[in-house]
Amino acid sequence: MWDTASSLDSFPNAHPTYSFQDSGTSFEFTTGVLLCFSRTLNFGSHQCSMALGGMFRNAAATYLHLVGSLQRKKAGASLTRYLHQTLTMRKRLQARRLDRIDHNPWVVFTKLASECDAVNLGQGFPDFPPPDFAVEAFQQAISGDFMLNQYTRAFGYPPLTKILASFFGKLLGQEIDPFENVLVTVGAYGALFTAFQALVDEGDEVIIIEPSFDCYEPMTLMAGGRPVFVSLKLTPTKDRELDSSSDWQLDPTELASKFTSRTKALILNTPNNPLGKVFSKAELELVASLCQQHDVVCISDEVYQWLVYDGCQHISIASLPGMWERTLTIGSAGKTFSVTGWKVGWVLGPNSLMKHLRTVHQNSIFHCPTQSQAAVAQSFQREQLHFGQPSSYFVQFPQAVQRKRDHMIRSLQSVGLRPVISQGSYFLITDISDFKRRMPDLPGAVDEPYDSRFVKWMIKNKGLVAIPVSVFYSQSHQKHFDHYIRFCFVKDESTLQAMDKKLQEWKDELGA
Amino acid sequence: MTQSMFLAQRRLCSVGGSRTKYLKTIYSSKISRFSTSPKMSLKFKNAKRIEGLDSNVWIEFTKLAADPSVVNLGQGLPDISPPLYVKEELSKIAAIDSLNQYTRGFGHPSLVKALSCLYGKLYQKQIDPNKEILVTVGAYGSLFNAIQGLIDEGDEVIIIVPFYDCYEPMVRMAGGTPVFISLRSKPVDGKKWSSSDWTLDPEELASKFNSKTKAIILNTPHNPMGKVYTKEELQVIADLCIKYDTLCISDEVYEWLVYTGNKHLKIATFPGMWERTITIGSAGKTFSVTGWKLGWTVGPNHLIKHLQTVQQNSIYTCATPLQEALAQAFWIDIKRMDDPECYFNSLPKELEVKRDRMVHLLDSVGLKPIIPDGGYFIIADVSLLDADLSDMKHNNEPYDYKFVKWMTKNKKLSAIPVSAFCNTETKLQFEKFVRFCFIKKDSTLDAAEEIIKAWNRQKS
Repeated sequence: MWDTASSLDSFPNAHPTYSFQDSGTSFEFTTGVLLCFSRTLNFGSHQCSMALGGMFRNAAATYLHLVGSLQRKKAGASLTRYLHQTLTMRKRLQARRLDRIDHNPWVVFTKLASECDAVNLGQGFPDFPPPDFAVEAFQQAISGDFMLNQYTRAFGYPPLTKILASFFGKLLGQEIDPFENVLVTVGAYGALFTAFQALVDEGDEVIIIEPSFDCYEPMTLMAGGRPVFVSLKLTPTKDRELDSSSDWQLDPTELASKFTSRTKALILNTPNNPLGKVFSKAELELVASLCQQHDVVCISDEVYQWLVYDGCQHISIASLPGMWERTLTIGSAGKTFSVTGWKVGWVLGPNSLMKHLRTVHQNSIFHCPTQSQAAVAQSFQREQLHFGQPSSYFVQFPQAVQRKRDHMIRSLQSVGLRPVISQGSYFLITDISDFKRRMPDLPGAVDEPYDSRFVKWMIKNKGLVAIPVSVFYSQSHQKHFDHYIRFCFVKDESTLQAMDKKLQEWKDELGA
Repeated sequence: MTQSMFLAQRRLCSVGGSRTKYLKTIYSSKISRFSTSPKMSLKFKNAKRIEGLDSNVWIEFTKLAADPSVVNLGQGLPDISPPLYVKEELSKIAAIDSLNQYTRGFGHPSLVKALSCLYGKLYQKQIDPNKEILVTVGAYGSLFNAIQGLIDEGDEVIIIVPFYDCYEPMVRMAGGTPVFISLRSKPVDGKKWSSSDWTLDPEELASKFNSKTKAIILNTPHNPMGKVYTKEELQVIADLCIKYDTLCISDEVYEWLVYTGNKHLKIATFPGMWERTITIGSAGKTFSVTGWKLGWTVGPNHLIKHLQTVQQNSIYTCATPLQEALAQAFWIDIKRMDDPECYFNSLPKELEVKRDRMVHLLDSVGLKPIIPDGGYFIIADVSLLDADLSDMKHNNEPYDYKFVKWMTKNKKLSAIPVSAFCNTETKLQFEKFVRFCFIKKDSTLDAAEEIIKAWNRQKS
């Protein structure tokens, strides 16, 4: 950084002391201009200030050069208004807690998907209707008591917290109090946020099992915590043509080594997004024993709990001995009833932890919308009546989705993609190593992982949208896992057929 | 555990006999566990950011007023129906399949378009629906995003007392330091006491600003006072914001609720203010649908983008069907903004009548009301009543807390103590005042009238 304030001070239009922020980097405006200039002109520092001193003698020229550098930085903005805006705010604007978390990998893929005529198997949401009883429940909530248009109890609409307490009480083998052990949140996303904010402090370590849903890392960072990553690794079995998500495992010694005296929490996701892994009892017992040994809180993201296939059983870690008192179990109405747009989630846990989540909740959003909560309550009441029977949505839906998963697996194989059979969740991942060998140089940014380039290429050229699995890895590990892409199979039959058509075209091109 | 958490526990114990035993058992078993593994109690401690923020006036007082025999003029929610077309829009939307799935994180496209159109008119400028608007979980969510996004450890934030109670804990949770300044009343001998008599002293306000001041939170129309800031008052604030390069977080949830002789002004429209102001609005207060929990922020992209970062790392998206219904409701009223039938015009007319009724009622029993120029609350000085509160325990509580509890118990009428809207140091300044909400149906106000008349008869 050089000091050129003195040379520019003499010009009436120059304001050397103002600064503007852009994604966490802070620099003095004049310095920024000079850096831009020196990069483009390849001047040394002394030569640069001399040259600029001369060039900026004219105030109008100063303005033009400032404008030029700004345009390079922020193309497309209304220039005068932008200048006026940035010239007036001198303070650093955003809080430091936003450093390193403003990046959003989804935006670029969603945008690309909408621009191209592509079959969207990327983002995880159903493109078919929710079950009739859920839609009816919502309609009843809307047309019923008009007071449902007003605030309800902050920590959860009582009929919803009651049914969640009784439903999950049975599943977890635990007496659950609807007021002390249940918190309703804005989706499971909101539940995660509330948990991190309540419990993670500056310097606390949070163990994140990779690949992981991409919000865990930024949420940890926003709370001042330090993410500690441990990867699930593929231990392939020779006796099957395709790998299974169960082949992705944690090394017990490696996992144990991640626990330190600063470890505050471990975040578990089962069934796992993006892999579809369903943690077995033995695996959960390993995690549980480490959590107890090191006195760590387990945040268990179980949004896909009903979506398990091939006879796999979902087990909640909170039901294991000694775990209820240190586990927060997160669920989602969106994934449970195929209503992702309702944004209703919940946390279940012991009061000693829940009270802290309530404090965050009452100081962040305070209440969740009433009518959607009423609809979720009614939907759970319906399921409670049908529980375990063939008529239960929790029985029918995973069966239907398993057929979709199998359809997708067969179709993807036909073009040389190698899907990993997922035991649960909305997703499966696919190995694209063969394509990486055959087409190693796909267009992309300098450090862009291969799978991201491949996905963009695939969207533009093959009309199929997926998500690169490197998105679900920490920066330092991305390069080791850049040969997988994730597909969502919870899609309508017509979407899967459209996918087949695109895959057929792709296959034909490969054959030619 | 703080005092109020302890009280909350005791209150829970007194509700329902059989649950008491259960709660006591849980509590004592936890104690024994703590004594054998002290390490556990340390690890399960809350993060520092929420230390001391666990009490909440609403949780306490909503429980108190939950008794159905109590006439509830406490919490600020309408017991009148939202307009018919608003309910109809939501009904129509519930039948559309695709609206049951995720929408755009920063705001459902049709809603941000409608907001951009409406506020474009009000601000007299083009507002970019994607870059200059963010849809949040109620105005509460907008406040949270703004404070988390823009306030850092050590930043000072000026809060005007009395204040909507979440401002202080939100600023503290973000590591900021609240700096308080109180509204003060001019002498009002003879004439009726109005919210416009309560003002900020410009010199005192100026003294609160310094180089560490990151933001000032403005609330106009004001809760609980009902004050509608005038052009001159806003200019004083704007001048200071510009001089000290400070942000303005303007909570304008009651923007449509202004009464005859008053005009709601947006500080963001003042010269030099657009670039440093975050303006917050609320569907709940605009359309009488507090339970939809939808709010929005309007501002320049260089500020909004930071609120968007908080959003994408906290709740990501808001509910789709509610946003679509809200968009449709907005289009209906945007098309008829000059029409008396437009809800933005009809609701304040309806409420002005109720306001006047409340003023008269409170006057008649010796409670001294401050006539609000806006909003749907009215505060009154209850000290002249000299109620006998000797049987009220919790003697260290402010006078108004005791008064409200006494009134709820003995008169079956609930309200909210105004010292709940004050920080510790200023509670005494406002402990004579109690807040009543008047966005209530006529039968509720009739019931309140009955109680007040009976109260009067008892006195004479």
